[in-house]
Amino acid sequence: MRLEAKDICYAYQKGRPVLSHVNFGIESGEAVGLTAPSGYGKSTLGKILAGYLTPQSGTVSIDGKTREDTGYNPVQLIFQHPEKAVNPRWKMKRILNEAWNPPEEMIRSMGIEQDWMNRWPSELSGGELQRFCVLRALSPRTRFLIADEMTTMLDMITQAQIWNEVRKHAERENMGIVVISHEKHLLERLCGRIVRLDG
Amino acid sequence: MNEMPVFQVRDFGVSFSQYENGVTRRELHVITNLDIELYEGKILAVVGSSGSGKSLLAHAILGILPDNAVVYGRMEYRGSRIGAEQIRALRGRKIGLIPQSVNYLDPLEKVGHQIERSVRGGKKKEKKKKVLEMMERYGLEAGVYDYYPHQLSGGMARKVLLSIALLSDCDILIADEPTPGLDEGSLREVLKDFRQAADEGKALLMITHDIQAACAVADRIAVFYAGSTLETADVSDFGGDGSLLRHPYSRALLRAMPDREFIPAAGNQPLPGNLPEGCLYYDRCPERRVNCKALRPGSRALRGGRVRCDYAT
Repeated sequence: MRLEAKDICYAYQKGRPVLSHVNFGIESGEAVGLTAPSGYGKSTLGKILAGYLTPQSGTVSIDGKTREDTGYNPVQLIFQHPEKAVNPRWKMKRILNEAWNPPEEMIRSMGIEQDWMNRWPSELSGGELQRFCVLRALSPRTRFLIADEMTTMLDMITQAQIWNEVRKHAERENMGIVVISHEKHLLERLCGRIVRLDG
Repeated sequence: MNEMPVFQVRDFGVSFSQYENGVTRRELHVITNLDIELYEGKILAVVGSSGSGKSLLAHAILGILPDNAVVYGRMEYRGSRIGAEQIRALRGRKIGLIPQSVNYLDPLEKVGHQIERSVRGGKKKEKKKKVLEMMERYGLEAGVYDYYPHQLSGGMARKVLLSIALLSDCDILIADEPTPGLDEGSLREVLKDFRQAADEGKALLMITHDIQAACAVADRIAVFYAGSTLETADVSDFGGDGSLLRHPYSRALLRAMPDREFIPAAGNQPLPGNLPEGCLYYDRCPERRVNCKALRPGSRALRGGRVRCDYAT
């Protein structure tokens, strides 16, 4: 399976394009890094790949077909701030199960403790919440994961924990991962190929 | 270091009273055993994971905790013990905060005017001159004076916030998460600006989750875990294979870095309502002994640093 963005142009303000004729592609099972200094459109491209934004010109396709607007989105985006990606009035169990029912074993290896399931989002730390957001996105129907600064706000141990788990899952399910980050060492550790948006 | 710290905190704690089910009250210990020392011209980084209680540390030092917080332990400013009242007198005058983001600026007022407000005394003209000097020193063009906050880039906003803190004549500056989301170039700039402030005689406390940034910017690093400083050491001890580090958790932090082994320690940081009786790192520690479960180790000096582990060498 191939996720491909062709000749993408995007501007938030007329006449000031963030992305101009950008091409990007990723195969199933691949981990591709996406990097550039702030303001070069890394996150914008991530949102376009996941279908959150529609480019002013250019196309995004999966195996040559444009994505359908209904049903489960096989391209899942994970944000930097998990607090903003969960419903504050739902308990964690409901938040997680909105997407799917992950097997016990995955919950455990993601480092999620049983006791957290009955908590409100405000009672957990960012690192704890992010594990839920990641696991929520790892349903078998997810073919590509866009990780936009997924562990930037987390400490090194939690970062390594989450990434090791995601990598194992990606290998098992032949899922593709786009790693958006400015951390050179992390990209080198995770990615077979790194794309720079600034040149 | 034999000189006297400008500011120090010993066995400091913060707890919150919470009501459960409306009737039962419980104490939530968010910070339990915290020790830090700040020295003139030095940068100390407190490195802790999210949920370790580190942002409360800044609030506690500035005396801006919510009403249901209880604070205990000892705080000293230039050798004399201070309490809530003195903190109120010191904050904004001697202890300044460099906040995280541009959100702390007034969106409807020119940046220059906002910086100017932190200059105490003097005529309007002199104040403006001081502001422009400070802006120049930290690489802001004079035109920025007339900008509104939304016109600032992230890096400029950071310099504006730093200028405000510096002009207020504080000798202690607390920076809360100054580095997340910065690319390498901007990180180098933060380092340069902080170093410059330290060289001008300020004592800096940088609170962060990012040990890489801490290693790049700080002179000393305090490793913060579950509300407690487990180890304080010179930044050089964090180099190499980490064998100079004293606490097993500090070594685990290093091992998990992507340019080292990228191996995470198993388990999770205990939650504030659920702290173990003994060592806070007990259930994750590869070198634990029987004694560690029942007794929480005190802080002791070791090889030029401090550690809360009875078996560290």
